[in-house]
Amino acid sequence: MPNKTFFWFFLPTGLAMILFIGLPIISTGIQSFYAQHDQIVKEVKKCDPFGCTVSIVVDNEETSKIREAKPLGKFNGFGTYTDRNHLAVDEIKKFWNETESINAFIDQVTNLPFYKALIFTLTYCLFVTPNVLLLGFIIALSLNAVARKIRGPLIFGTILPMIVTPLVGSLVLFWMIDSQGIIGANIQNLMNDPYLSLKSSKTLTWITIIIYGIWHHSPFAFVVFYAALQTVPQEPVEAAIIDGASRFQRIKHIVLPHIYPVVTFVALISLMDNFRVFEPIIGFSAEGSAQSLSWLIYDNLVNEEVILFGSAAATSIMTIVGIAILLAPVLIRTWKEFRIAR
Amino acid sequence: MDYGLDKKTTSLKTFNTIFIIVWLLIACFPFIWTFWGSFKVRADFFSRSDWWYAISAFNTLIETGGKFTTNAYSQAWTEGEFWKASKNTVIVTIFVVSISLFLGTLGAYALSRSTKNYAFWLLILALIFRAMPHITLVSGYLFPFFELQIWGILPTTIVVLVAINQPFTLWLLYSFFKTVPRELDESALIDGCSYFQTFRHIIMPVMWPGVITAGLFSLMLAYNDFTVTALLLNQENHTMVPKIQSYLGTNQHEGNLMWAVSSVVSATAPLFILVMFFQRQIISGLTAGAIKG
Repeated sequence: MPNKTFFWFFLPTGLAMILFIGLPIISTGIQSFYAQHDQIVKEVKKCDPFGCTVSIVVDNEETSKIREAKPLGKFNGFGTYTDRNHLAVDEIKKFWNETESINAFIDQVTNLPFYKALIFTLTYCLFVTPNVLLLGFIIALSLNAVARKIRGPLIFGTILPMIVTPLVGSLVLFWMIDSQGIIGANIQNLMNDPYLSLKSSKTLTWITIIIYGIWHHSPFAFVVFYAALQTVPQEPVEAAIIDGASRFQRIKHIVLPHIYPVVTFVALISLMDNFRVFEPIIGFSAEGSAQSLSWLIYDNLVNEEVILFGSAAATSIMTIVGIAILLAPVLIRTWKEFRIAR
Repeated sequence: MDYGLDKKTTSLKTFNTIFIIVWLLIACFPFIWTFWGSFKVRADFFSRSDWWYAISAFNTLIETGGKFTTNAYSQAWTEGEFWKASKNTVIVTIFVVSISLFLGTLGAYALSRSTKNYAFWLLILALIFRAMPHITLVSGYLFPFFELQIWGILPTTIVVLVAINQPFTLWLLYSFFKTVPRELDESALIDGCSYFQTFRHIIMPVMWPGVITAGLFSLMLAYNDFTVTALLLNQENHTMVPKIQSYLGTNQHEGNLMWAVSSVVSATAPLFILVMFFQRQIISGLTAGAIKG
């Protein structure tokens, strides 16, 4: 296809992506260097028969004037990145000097909002992704062994958790495991502990959200693995059976190597999706004990008084850096393959 | 070809059956339970004292005189203005699907027929765009949209959702277009068709399965989206998912939980019916990118 024709065919979609994915990333970058204006205060002198008092009040008129004149806020450089709500450089230095043991230091650092969110996000990725791969593979193997006639409905049931939006999926689960739901109430009775609830324990909340993640993402891994299993050639499998290989050996030495590229594909996609975990936190109303990077951004953007554009943008940029680190190995490999192919 | 070499022992078969049953229970029971509970009153579905109330409908009988009640539905759809939210969802979904298919087929066709290096890099760029968390993009939109005063209205959200959806649509349609043999285009070009005529009259007619699959995925994205719609639309224009969230209530105001339950069912039912009919297309779409490379 000539370059000119290609250009006209690709223009609409390219324009849409540049305007609404490329530019916003740049816009986020710019916003992250600005912070909202401070409120302007003025001194008000109040006199009554007993004397005069000077009080400091917020000058709403002046504040809104300056906000209108410079809506982006004041230039802050890397100030937002290093403040307490983000990388917290000063606080970490202080903790390093003040705390005695390394454990106390780690304890202090992981209580800072950004690091807390980062640790939750990474923990979520670390536990959900491998389990999704494993569960998806087992379900695929298992469904692949049942009679072809009944597979259709079984697949339909299996993919249900995947097709609902994460908010709805997590709500549906939350209503069951909440202290007033069917599972939660029964666990309370079993344990004989009326105060046992999701909200009361940080660990329980984390485990629940991770289980939710596995429940929601496994069907995707299943679908891809199931399709890949259909393409495994039968001859080597039969040869292995004749040679006396056990079922486990056949899976390990024939099936897995064959579907290996698909495994990396699923791992990559589910890593990307897990890194943006956010809706389940709202669904489970778990803000108290579990915050992710995406949730921090959301929280800044729905702030009641003034939207913290700068703060949200700084977290966004650091999230994008995180994604870049996750994607880097794949991109480097693609680049190498591409160069060799040329 | 199955020669019956792969003999499964009875214990393995039993284990397999049990595993599938357990998994299907885990996957489907929450939905069945929510559907069942949506016809009860709050005191039954969320009962601390006895979960059996949800089955026996103890409070529902007292409050409404029947074992099942559709109060939650009628209230959410009228008082809760869920009808407005579903109207908005329908508008958003229809526009997002048609626009993103239009842009996506054109772009993906060009990508699949180009032999140049830049086509490869554009696909990689699309993959990087696909990896961006939507909330980071939203934090980039909000400020410019406020300044341009296009925040809160449906058209903005539609365009944004189309753009966010493009990377995935491009990849999906690209892998479908790859399966259409190039000879087809070439013979049309030799016969004097322009590229656009070839695309319109020769390629599109054989591409319907791919287009339907891509359309389904755009539909699911637009229908299910929370991040973009919750932050870019004002209260008036909220679609279903942010509306459900608003029923949950916050620290400041008490929500109406049964409205949320019934609207979750109302919002999920059309999706399930759709998937029931188009299961094959969805599965082929999810695997297209992975298997065909």
